[in-house]
Amino acid sequence: MPLVDDGSRDFWRGGADGRLLIRACAACHRLFHPPGPVCPHCYSRSVTSRAVSGRATVASYTVTHRGWVPGYEPPYVVARVVLAEQPDLHLLTNVVGCDPEAVHTGMEVEVIFEQRTDVFVPLFQPVA
Amino acid sequence: MTIDRQAVERQAIVSGIGRSATGRRLNRPALDLTLDACLAAIADAGLTPRDIDGLTSWPDQAVPFGFSGPRVSDLHSLLRLDLSWILGCGDGANVTGILGIAAHAVATGLARHVLVYRTVTESTAQGTGRRPAVMSQMPAPWRTTYGVGSPAQLAALWARHHFDRYGTTREQLAWVALNDRRNAADNPDAIFRDPMTLDDYLTTRMISNPLCLLDCDVPADGAFAFVISHADHRHDTERPVFFEAVGGGRPMTSSWEFWPDLDVMAAMKAADQLWSRTTLRPTDVDLAYLYDGFSIFVLYWLEALGFCARGESGPFIEGGTRIARDGDLPLNTSGGQLSEGRYLGFGHAYEAFLQLRNQAGPRQVTDTQIALVTGGGGPLAQAFLFTNDR
Repeated sequence: MPLVDDGSRDFWRGGADGRLLIRACAACHRLFHPPGPVCPHCYSRSVTSRAVSGRATVASYTVTHRGWVPGYEPPYVVARVVLAEQPDLHLLTNVVGCDPEAVHTGMEVEVIFEQRTDVFVPLFQPVA
Repeated sequence: MTIDRQAVERQAIVSGIGRSATGRRLNRPALDLTLDACLAAIADAGLTPRDIDGLTSWPDQAVPFGFSGPRVSDLHSLLRLDLSWILGCGDGANVTGILGIAAHAVATGLARHVLVYRTVTESTAQGTGRRPAVMSQMPAPWRTTYGVGSPAQLAALWARHHFDRYGTTREQLAWVALNDRRNAADNPDAIFRDPMTLDDYLTTRMISNPLCLLDCDVPADGAFAFVISHADHRHDTERPVFFEAVGGGRPMTSSWEFWPDLDVMAAMKAADQLWSRTTLRPTDVDLAYLYDGFSIFVLYWLEALGFCARGESGPFIEGGTRIARDGDLPLNTSGGQLSEGRYLGFGHAYEAFLQLRNQAGPRQVTDTQIALVTGGGGPLAQAFLFTNDR
C-alpha cells in the first residue's frame, strides 16, 4: 500500500472525489511530481495541489511477465505516462482496462481510481 | 570546461588483484570469500597486510539477500591493519565508484596502499527458489503500489524507449547476451558457458517486455579485491595498471522511477567527465567493459561514450563482429554479468586488469593498452580508463 504522508496525501486520496491532484508551485505555477516541499523549478517553498485533467500519453511501457509484488499477477503493464498539462510531468503507473499487448507508446489514456482501503490509486486506461 | 590533462587519478595504480572462488551456491560465508580475495590481492601486489594503510568497500551496511559483504570495520579488526585511511562507503560509491575513491585517496597522499573489496553471496542467499528483488525490500510506495519490485521493469522502460525511438530490435539487443556467452565459453570461472544462439535468445521467456531472462544478469557468489597504490610504487610492482581517468555524476534525480528523460542515463554525464580528464579518445580504447546488469545498459553506454552515434548502438552490435574479441571493440571479454555472473562491476574490472597484465589465458586479446570499464545504469554511472602503457 502507498505510504500516505503529508506530501503524498492529496495524490493518494484525491481520487475519493474523482480528482487527480498534482503538486503545483504557487510561485511559478508549474506542476511537479513526486510531491515534495519545494518546487524543483524555482525553489519556492510555497506549494499546493492542483487538480489536473487526468488525460495522459504513454511515453514508455513494459508488460511484466514475472510476479515481484504480492497482489500483482502477471501479465500486467507498467507504464510511464506524460500528463497532458505539462510535457515534463510523468507518472509511473499501470495501464489497465485493455489487453496488455495492446498498449503502445503514444497511446492516449485517462485516469481512473482504484480504491484500496483508504487510498484511491490513480491508474490509467485507454481513452474510450 | 577546462581540460585537466593531468587528472589526479593518474597518480594511482592497480598493484594487486585477487579473486575468491566464484560461482553459484558456493555455500561459503561472505567473510571467508572476502579473506580469500583480499589476501590474494595483497600477495599479488608483493605486499603483506602490514603494508596496507587504506581500506574501503561498498555497500558498507547489511543489505538482504547476499548483496553486501563484511563491513570494513570488521575486516580491519580481523586483520589488525594499521590504517591511515578507512572509508565504508554509501551512496555515490555505488557499483564500481569505490575504485575511483581509492585512487584519489592514494593520489592525494592519504594512504599508500588501499585495499578495495566487493563481496556478494546472492546465489547462496537465493537458495533453490526465487527470491524477491533487493529493490522490493526497500520502502518505495511509488513503485510497489504499481507492481514494480525489480529494476528489470524500470530498465525495460528505457529499452522500450530505445526500441520505439530508434528502431532498435530484440535481434540487435540479443548480441549483448550472445557476445557475453561467446566469451564465457573461454572463461572457466563463468557460470553459464554453454553455447547460445539467436534463436535461443528469442525463444527464452520474457521477464519484463522487451527484456527476457537472458537480458538480466545472474546472481552469484564471490569476492574480488584490488590493491590500489600510489604510482610511485609502480617500479616495485610486476605488472602495474595505471589509472588514466575517472568519470561519474548523477544528473536530474537519484530516482529510477521518476527519471525525467528515458533518452539518457547518468552514463552520458559520466562519459563527458571521463573524456574531459584525458587526451585519449574512444578510438584509442582497445577493450570495453560496459556494465551489463541489464543488456540495455550496454547500448546506452556505447552511445554515451561515443563509440557510436545516438540511437545507433543496435546496428553497432548487431551480428557481434565488431564487439568480438578479434573485432574493433572487444566487449566484456570474460562473459560479463549475463554469463560470468553478477559481481557488480568487479568482474569486469578484474578481467580488464587481467587483460592489461596479459594474463587472460585463452581469451587474451593481443596488443592491448587501454581498457574502459563502466559501472551502473539508469541514475548510477561511473567510468574508468586504465592503461598498462606509461
